[in-house]
Amino acid sequence: MTMTVTPPAATPTDPPAEMPDGRVVGRRNNRVLLHVGLVAGLILMIGPFVIMALGSFKTTGELRQVPPTFLPEDPTLANYRDLFDRLDFPRYFFNSTVVALAVTVGNLLFCSMLGYALAKLEFAGKRIVFVLVLATLMVPASVTFMPLFVLISNMGLVNTHAGLILPFVVGALGVFLMRQFIGGIPDELLDAARVDGAGEYTIFFKIVLPLCRPALATLAILTFLGSWNSFLWPLVVASTEDMYTLPVAVALFSIGQNENNVALQMAGATVVVLPVVILFFAMQRYIIQGIATTGIK
Amino acid sequence: MTAALATETSAATPTAPPRRSRPTRKQTLVGWSFALPFFAMFVVFMAGPILISLITSLTDLRVTDVRSPFGVNFVGLDNYADVFGDPKFRKAAVNTAIFVAVGVPLTMSLGLLAAVALNQGVVKFRRVFRLGFYLPVVTSIVAIAVVWRFLLGADSGLVNGLLDQVGIDGPAWLTDTKYALPSLIVMAAWKNLGFSMIVFLAALQSIPVDLYEAAAVDGAKRWQPFRYITLPLLRPAVLFVAVITTIGYVQFFEEPLVMTQGGPLDSTLSVQYHAYNEFSFGNYGYTAAVSYVMFVAIALVSFILFRLLRPKT
Repeated sequence: MTMTVTPPAATPTDPPAEMPDGRVVGRRNNRVLLHVGLVAGLILMIGPFVIMALGSFKTTGELRQVPPTFLPEDPTLANYRDLFDRLDFPRYFFNSTVVALAVTVGNLLFCSMLGYALAKLEFAGKRIVFVLVLATLMVPASVTFMPLFVLISNMGLVNTHAGLILPFVVGALGVFLMRQFIGGIPDELLDAARVDGAGEYTIFFKIVLPLCRPALATLAILTFLGSWNSFLWPLVVASTEDMYTLPVAVALFSIGQNENNVALQMAGATVVVLPVVILFFAMQRYIIQGIATTGIK
Repeated sequence: MTAALATETSAATPTAPPRRSRPTRKQTLVGWSFALPFFAMFVVFMAGPILISLITSLTDLRVTDVRSPFGVNFVGLDNYADVFGDPKFRKAAVNTAIFVAVGVPLTMSLGLLAAVALNQGVVKFRRVFRLGFYLPVVTSIVAIAVVWRFLLGADSGLVNGLLDQVGIDGPAWLTDTKYALPSLIVMAAWKNLGFSMIVFLAALQSIPVDLYEAAAVDGAKRWQPFRYITLPLLRPAVLFVAVITTIGYVQFFEEPLVMTQGGPLDSTLSVQYHAYNEFSFGNYGYTAAVSYVMFVAIALVSFILFRLLRPKT
């Protein structure tokens, strides 16, 4: 199985057949219906995001108005000012970014190294490593949650960046993605380099990693998004406000003092979602490939 | 949520190189120098905790014992007996079962519908549609909760506001025991259907067009090509999506946490939510037992899905 799962765009499976018996009319009606359905579906899917973004420029009073308004009657930046003045959002943004970047770099490096070892090297114990890593795939995260928390608190890492990062710098799925991709690199290429006297590390960094760029991009974007959106672990580990990540901050202020300030919550949610949307649009090719190959979300 | 289909990966194993002679000591050293960084972290942060969790589930460990583990006793399967005897757990198990049994088919059929529609119709803007349908999957549940709480609010929510326009008095979606769980199911389907859509779309596009042409020549009508060509060829994709969606939905937790806090009256309490509560109370032994019960449930359901949906030979 190769990485390119997304097939070339668009082969319409049934070109409208121009038949003289009037079927073309029916076909055309069907196609209109199909498109209406698809557009309606799209509106349902992205509508909430539009409502969120527009709502962040409204006042809570306007959001509660019946009948509701679509565009803000009197657009205001007050919600965003509140977020950044009262709630130290730059700090949460910084925390989220640091954690997500560190987790991503760790996964890229460690997973590709092990992926290379499993795909291209022979060593005693290889089979055991592979089976052990494979075996953890079906274990639900809740099984490790409590022991991890005890471990992190015994290491004195509660309420630190390290505590937010370390448990996630390795992941079984990344190993399989990288192993699969590296397995597709021809052995001859690596052997030729070995004949020229290159060591395994030179081969790995100079030949293998550059060839893995698409797989690394997929792994990077999926890991980054996963970490950016992760909620439960930072909720438990970050105990003071200066360690909150964005989702934790938004979740806590929307059930706390600002419970009724819907407009402020909309602005907070928009700040959480915006980087994801930008990354998603920029890297969509790699995301789509990754999902179809590994099932990481 | 992360999950993957173990068999899918192992089946795709690049053909193992013909077994050479045993690796030399130098080869083993080099191999381990690549494997060790991952493996060390893996043992500390994954394999170790999995094992410790299992052992903990057989003890009466509480948060107060963590620093002086000498007061901890082995209690055998007592925790498991407690779990199954606990009315809260039973309530949570029923809620989770409903969530999985309704949510997984709903999510998958909506995803399939979207994929088939996209595959049939849109050509030019397919990318836009694909992105739009997938956006909720990559969005933080916290942000989604903000909007959905606003949409589903009892008095000033948008949905009830719209219902009001047509003269319907909408229910209190999130605070009525009858509607809270169904509301979360719909929300989860909305959030996750993009994943099934992407996988199904990729599978649909790999079906050769000649098959449909041949069927048309043979006079296949209306739904017949879909029933006899598309569905059978989608089988592996259906298995893949079913297993991954099920694994995720059995761990159903963040939705009620951010939307309803498990209420009203525990009507949206899930198994993992229950485990989390017990963890917060410091009942670590009990928590570990609940999470292992979930683990077994996931393994069982996955096994059943594999049996039901395995490719026919």
